[in-house]
Amino acid sequence: MTKPIDKTAYQGVIAPDKSLDTFPKLLLEHANRRPDKVAMREKDLGIWQSWSWRQVREEVTALADGLAQLGLQRGDKLAIIGDNRPRLYWSMVAAQCLGAIPVPLYQDAVADEIAFVLDNADVKIAIVEDQEQVDKILETKEQCPQIEYVLYDDPRGMQHYQFPFLKSLDDVQSSGQQYNQTHPDFFQTEALKATGADTAIMLYTSGTTGKPKGVVLSHDNVIITARNGIIREQLTQDEEVLAYLPMAWVGDNLFSYAQSYVAGFTVNCPESGATVLNDLREIGPTYYFAPPRVYENMLTQVMIRMEDASKIKRKLFHYFLDHAKKVGTAILNGETVTSKEAWLYKLGSFLVYNPLKDVLGLGRIKLAYTAGEAIGPEIFDFYRSLGINIKQLYGQTEAVVFICVQPNGEVFADTVGTPAIGVEVKIDDNGEVLYRGPGVFQEYYKNPESTAKTKTPDGWVYTGDAGFFAENGHLKIIDRAKDVGKLSDGTMFAPKYLENKLKFFSYIKEAVAFGDKRDYSTAFINIDLEAVGNWAEKRGLAYAGYQDLAAQPEVYALIKECVEKVNEDLAKDPRLGHSQIKRFLILHKELDADDGELTRTRKVRRNFVAERYATLIDALYSEAKQCHIKTEVKFEDGRSGSLEADVILSDANTFPAVNPLPPSQTA
Amino acid sequence: MGERVLGDVILDMKNISLSFGVMKVLNNISFNVRKGEIRSIIGPNGAGKSSMLNVINGVYHPQEGSITFKGQVRNKMKMHEAAAQGIARTFQNIALFKGMSTLDNIMTGRNLKMKASLLEQAFYWGRAQKEEIAHRHKVEEIIDFLEIQAIRKVPVGRLPYGFQKRVELGRALAAEPEVLLLDEPMAGMNLEEKEDMSRFILDINDTFGTTIVLIEHDMGVVMDLSDRVVVLDYGRQLADDVPDVVRNTQSVIDAYLGVSH
Repeated sequence: MTKPIDKTAYQGVIAPDKSLDTFPKLLLEHANRRPDKVAMREKDLGIWQSWSWRQVREEVTALADGLAQLGLQRGDKLAIIGDNRPRLYWSMVAAQCLGAIPVPLYQDAVADEIAFVLDNADVKIAIVEDQEQVDKILETKEQCPQIEYVLYDDPRGMQHYQFPFLKSLDDVQSSGQQYNQTHPDFFQTEALKATGADTAIMLYTSGTTGKPKGVVLSHDNVIITARNGIIREQLTQDEEVLAYLPMAWVGDNLFSYAQSYVAGFTVNCPESGATVLNDLREIGPTYYFAPPRVYENMLTQVMIRMEDASKIKRKLFHYFLDHAKKVGTAILNGETVTSKEAWLYKLGSFLVYNPLKDVLGLGRIKLAYTAGEAIGPEIFDFYRSLGINIKQLYGQTEAVVFICVQPNGEVFADTVGTPAIGVEVKIDDNGEVLYRGPGVFQEYYKNPESTAKTKTPDGWVYTGDAGFFAENGHLKIIDRAKDVGKLSDGTMFAPKYLENKLKFFSYIKEAVAFGDKRDYSTAFINIDLEAVGNWAEKRGLAYAGYQDLAAQPEVYALIKECVEKVNEDLAKDPRLGHSQIKRFLILHKELDADDGELTRTRKVRRNFVAERYATLIDALYSEAKQCHIKTEVKFEDGRSGSLEADVILSDANTFPAVNPLPPSQTA
Repeated sequence: MGERVLGDVILDMKNISLSFGVMKVLNNISFNVRKGEIRSIIGPNGAGKSSMLNVINGVYHPQEGSITFKGQVRNKMKMHEAAAQGIARTFQNIALFKGMSTLDNIMTGRNLKMKASLLEQAFYWGRAQKEEIAHRHKVEEIIDFLEIQAIRKVPVGRLPYGFQKRVELGRALAAEPEVLLLDEPMAGMNLEEKEDMSRFILDINDTFGTTIVLIEHDMGVVMDLSDRVVVLDYGRQLADDVPDVVRNTQSVIDAYLGVSH
């Protein structure tokens, strides 16, 4: 399915040069080839400061020489903890220049989690952003005796810390500069020693189950994958990206580090975590990644603000938005539209689309990726209809992100596209997705058992996700493999797939689907208090709070409509047509992390919920019209109490599935 | 982190008495403030804390007693003199320009440091231009210090209370004061905001060496922050010592737990 790549558009970019097989070599090449091109920017004291590739080489030289003075040697591990700061990125390449291995950590991890990784990775030197992180390391110092130095970037509040192992990066760099004057060749010699097969970096997967695992990636893994991504999307040295996602996440390492070093483009570091949206607007990136949640929030903001706009503006906005919905996606995909439609779209661009994109900071976007969760089709289509080329990808740390990417012009809301360059994808007998390619990780650090479980001897990696290839050749991911079950008639039941479809409705905040080994599917629903509350207000419905609103018959009718729309959609699906939702209920309370029903990252803990509300599930699989339930709840101040309610159970209409049984074909 | 070394006495209050008509608000209060310390004035509601701060600041003029600031005795210190000599303050009820941005509000704190004439400023010409850039730099440092970059351009009227307090602190800091008076900096804040504010107060004291006099009725916060504490109750001075001693003084415990007078 992959279209041939236009190699000519790629000329002038050094990436295809296979001899540049490590990050240090790429750095030296850029510093020679495009010394004055801006490599990095950071907003500091309200002004964007920039560093050219030559300046970056100087900074990195000083850092590397300084780190060598502290005894950092080939194979040693160097931890990096902090927000996206230029000097932390430079520390990464400085370590690589010495043959040491950078290990970036999540900056919001608590001391215990940090201690585990520091110990597991045998970290010798830790480079941290500020006092907050220094404090965390000091807390864990006793558990990690192998740490020899802790170096900090921001000296604020550090005056009174007097430990022999604590130094500022300023001091490290100036001692490095001195060393460089007497040993000018040291840096270059060290930087050229490594080859592509050597380890470039270790990234710890956050691990929803068990302890985090250190994914070991070689220079070849990262650089070849980064280069393939650049070739496929025809990126150039002129891209601008905003580095705002955690440095410990593989995506940031690829988009804001590896691809910049391969193509030579500019990485921009925001002023602080709170200013990202503002910085986005000022920079206007051409290449951007954000999880679906970010796009969702942006859209909600726009809609809320448009409600307050003057009547003329509002009319104009909605008129052109409707037009964009009709033809925008087609224009972006390069399909032909009538000249009147094209002309109207141009007018809309001038009056509405372009100003809107500018406000969002997406005015210059050539390519925007999203991944991680399912994105609502309306949200997806909204951005695409404005002419923003947003595409989904499917990736993993173990693959250096890219497994599948949506090709230009073949973007569908419910698939994740075709395999990336050099990557093979297959589905095993249980429906689990496997892949093999240049980005496949070396091993989990000091964990041969997990490595053997995940990676076969001939290089195939188990993703843990269930999926299949749709007729158009695109991969469709439906759920975590371990959550996929079967209805009693043998057809596939994928709870998360159903839940995501339900959650795409703004009225539904959370959903939990049941059906494994049962006759039909059912669902718990949490309504979105804000959206349904607004809806109720407009209809003059009075309500006293969540519980009251959730039990109103009008609200049940509203949700029933949503469920039936999902069923109608499911009926068309050849594999999932039989898992339409026959009965549902609206829970009397919102699922809450404090009660253990959600994880801290707001993911439903399916088994816990099923156990806690077993009576409700039983009622869903009976003829009952309502069910009494008593639940223990924890209040925010730590007290606990109990909540009683009569929950109404509702039927929903189902539709004849396009693909009738037998189940042997659909399982 | 070692013993804190306190400097010489910078502000000395001797036998201060203040009354409004027959109401005696302050009755023979004496205490001093040393350079570089964090000094707290605490007491229950109506104890005379804000009046004391207003006396230091030159808003009220005590009928009796003397104030010595940096070795100079003053019976009547006027407000603008206090400011020019390096005393800046924040207010219990926030007093910001609600329609102006955070940046502009803090910029007003630089007013005393501006040397350019009205004409130069009006046309943004000559000294005014150079000054503006230098002042803006200083203001940006404060914005960075207080971590309020995200609200730089937001009108302060639209900000939540905790942020408004921070902007007010920023404006006081912009005057680069030697002594910073804070009137209930943590009133009405939730726990997290209180922790943030405490950290900023400590950092200001640490980084700039600013002497800080603060009023608070939240005992817990004060005891952790302060080098020395003065306790007032109904205009009388109950205690003046380091937090550990003050905490165990019987008359202070009585005042807070409400023994009848």
